[in-house]
Amino acid sequence: MSGIKDKVAIIGMGCTKFGELWDKGADDLMVDAFNEALADAGVEKKDIQAAWQGNQFTEVNVGHSGIPLSTALKLPYIPVTHVENLCASGTEAFRGACYAVASGACDMALAVGVEKIKDLGTGGLPRDAADIMVHGQKGKTIFPNWSNPNPGMFAMMAAKYFERYGIPIEKGKELLAKISVKSHHNGTMNPKAHLRREITVADVLKAPIIAFPLGLFDCCGVSDGAAAAIVVRADKAKEFRVDPVYVKSIQVAAESGTSLQHQSYGYTHVESSYRAALKAYEEAGVQNPRSEISMMEVHDCFSITELVTYEDLFISQRGKAGQDIEEGFYELSGQVPCQTDGGLKCFGHPIGASGLRMLYEMYKQLQGKAGQRQVKDPKLGLTHNLGGQPARNVAAVTIIGL
Amino acid sequence: MDIGITTYGVHIPRYRMDRKVIRCAMGWLNPMGLPGEKAVANYDEDSITMALEACRSCLEGNDADIGGVYFATTTQPYREGEGAAIIATALDLSQQIRTVDFGNSLKCGTSALLAAFESVKSESLENVIVCAADSRLGRPGSVGEMMFGDGAGAVIIGREGLIAALRGSCSVSYDFPDYRRLALDTYVHSVEDRFIREEGYGKFIPEVISGLFKKYGLNAEQFAKVAFPCLHVGQYSSIGKKLGFRTDQLQEPLLTALGEAGAASPFLLLAAMLEHAKAGDHVLLAGYGNGAEALWLTVTERIEEVKNHRKMARAIDKKIPLTGYEKYLAFRGMLPVDTGSVLTDAPLTQLPHVWRERRSILALRGTKCKRCGTPHYPSQNVCAQPECGAVNEMEDYTFSGRKAKLFSYTIDNISFTLNPPFLFGLVDFDGGGRFVFQLTDCEAKEVVTGMPLVMSLRKKYEDPAKGFEGYFWKAVPGE
Repeated sequence: MSGIKDKVAIIGMGCTKFGELWDKGADDLMVDAFNEALADAGVEKKDIQAAWQGNQFTEVNVGHSGIPLSTALKLPYIPVTHVENLCASGTEAFRGACYAVASGACDMALAVGVEKIKDLGTGGLPRDAADIMVHGQKGKTIFPNWSNPNPGMFAMMAAKYFERYGIPIEKGKELLAKISVKSHHNGTMNPKAHLRREITVADVLKAPIIAFPLGLFDCCGVSDGAAAAIVVRADKAKEFRVDPVYVKSIQVAAESGTSLQHQSYGYTHVESSYRAALKAYEEAGVQNPRSEISMMEVHDCFSITELVTYEDLFISQRGKAGQDIEEGFYELSGQVPCQTDGGLKCFGHPIGASGLRMLYEMYKQLQGKAGQRQVKDPKLGLTHNLGGQPARNVAAVTIIGL
Repeated sequence: MDIGITTYGVHIPRYRMDRKVIRCAMGWLNPMGLPGEKAVANYDEDSITMALEACRSCLEGNDADIGGVYFATTTQPYREGEGAAIIATALDLSQQIRTVDFGNSLKCGTSALLAAFESVKSESLENVIVCAADSRLGRPGSVGEMMFGDGAGAVIIGREGLIAALRGSCSVSYDFPDYRRLALDTYVHSVEDRFIREEGYGKFIPEVISGLFKKYGLNAEQFAKVAFPCLHVGQYSSIGKKLGFRTDQLQEPLLTALGEAGAASPFLLLAAMLEHAKAGDHVLLAGYGNGAEALWLTVTERIEEVKNHRKMARAIDKKIPLTGYEKYLAFRGMLPVDTGSVLTDAPLTQLPHVWRERRSILALRGTKCKRCGTPHYPSQNVCAQPECGAVNEMEDYTFSGRKAKLFSYTIDNISFTLNPPFLFGLVDFDGGGRFVFQLTDCEAKEVVTGMPLVMSLRKKYEDPAKGFEGYFWKAVPGE
């Protein structure tokens, strides 16, 4: 298996501001993200030969099928496919576009991720949607009556992680707090971010508990927003721009069903993240992730998710993420800066757009266009986009570089 | 050959509300006070779930082949839809059984008992499990609210291994206007309390008991214990005295500890009597409602094996106070609290799914891999054990009666429950199998990783658009 390393290049990307965008509908968001990507790539709409639309809560606003994207952008009768893989939908849209180009089926493809969730008029995700969408009717009949399973499911991972590595709860909460403080700091430098203010460890520790042991600042919110990417054959990329960014690998792993049902799962890591990372490094030819990956955007839906992901991605050793956090390894000035744009925590989390938003930041960083947040001389950027919960999820790892 | 009771079980919800709490809240309207406390069902319990718990308590250590489930209650959640069939499915019994609901009168509990005796006596059925539960609602500020308690009891009626044999019975029937509920009524309408006591309990109980004496040539002296439903402790003694019973023959009426438990009252009184009975004792039990019924039972030597389990005494002792009157109102749907706008968009129940998955949902039945022995909940076609992966080599495996341990838990402050905080966790079953369950009958401060758990069927959701009551299992601390 040769994979798609260096077969596809990104020549244009766009991303809207994320947030509670009361004055924007899904159509507005898709058009805004697309227009930015089009201008960035310097191509015309008619050059695009196929498109993928990623979003999760289709019923809530965007609508099923590829038609919402096609009609919003007035795409010229090309194949448009709607993909949904929970929070990893954005990366799935990107994967569709990249595979189409890599296969030779087309020369230029578009991926758009969008979510318009704040029209619900309630906080968080739609009730039952998370359940029913993942478990079908069983979500109603046999899974707990939770409003949203995610905070609790990830909270249990935090408790188990602390228990396994003998970390006292206060110490563990402080480690998690440092993750959120770092992301908030990075978010202040990002004009498109949903949340832009500094917080302190003390703020995190005194915040109300959402699902013990996770507090308010350990959890990301949800936002409206869209992001888009235009990809072409790698050998043609330089015809469009001097600084295209090449796709080194895209790997997705869906949980096999063992973690939730079998007592062998220890609940202190995410198996699918680990499996996707293994394959992604193989495809990209990365031997030593800790020294080769320049920077990354991981799926920090909760602070604990970011912590275990450091380990699942082989950046921190098992049980040693805390030490790296203490040493500032993942801060903007650290060895592998993480969440340089603020992450889900501060840039925001419009579900279907998040995977493409992560790529947008890595793309800009690789081109040296990240302004105040610029990482020095990056070579490889990694995104980790996770849909679901620790024991039942789909994980996507993408590596892009110069 | 003798026919009688082979074992008994009870379920008393763990919440008890001191009647002073009611008086404190509603005394401005009705300054009446009653002593003691009343048992209050948790927000996720109803008569079906309580009766099921009593049946499970009954079947503990008993492998009788059950041929019938008779369920008695005046508070059946369904007006059309059989509670006994839900209970039978939840007990994971065979489909080749008889299920019957008894209702509409407070004496339906003893009516179900007598019907079961007849079914076994006629050799129509071998063993019948009879359960009764009630959770009656008195309007806020009413005598009923003060008096009614929630609970359930169950017995198995059979021929083998009796702990008490039925020797005789007597019934009287009257269309007496004490308590009524029309089709859509939530609260019990009752006539003046004194009228019910004097014209109802005060007349029917003596009539049925003296009827029984006369029918079989008995007298009060021959009975070790007697019990009958009643509204006031004082009247209980005076009825007993009038019938010729000494104070020590009268079973304590449970009114101050639990309250008047409707159809379940005779079952709870019987359990209390049996726990102190000895071989050869004659006991007399009456049921009240639209007249009355009386049963004469003789205790056998096998009582010694059963009564040591002290099911009734333990159920009474296992309690925590419900201190908020408003919380009680919310539990019973009397106070329409804000459930958060998140609850409004729940999709409708798909009834063919519920039918196909009935054993999975109601009996917590999953599968076990025949190749590697790994149990799964819910049922799987492909084994989840990573090294096995056998396809379609599964056999049925029921989890409901298995002991379990809490692998991990969380206190979720954003999910809605009428009894916050919302607790859930991953539950590891002894012998294998893991699933995520809500915890109930449990305070946040009690929860610790690794704690032993047992499973309990509870109300999960109500789907008014489909006229459907959803039940599912939760984990409860206990061994």
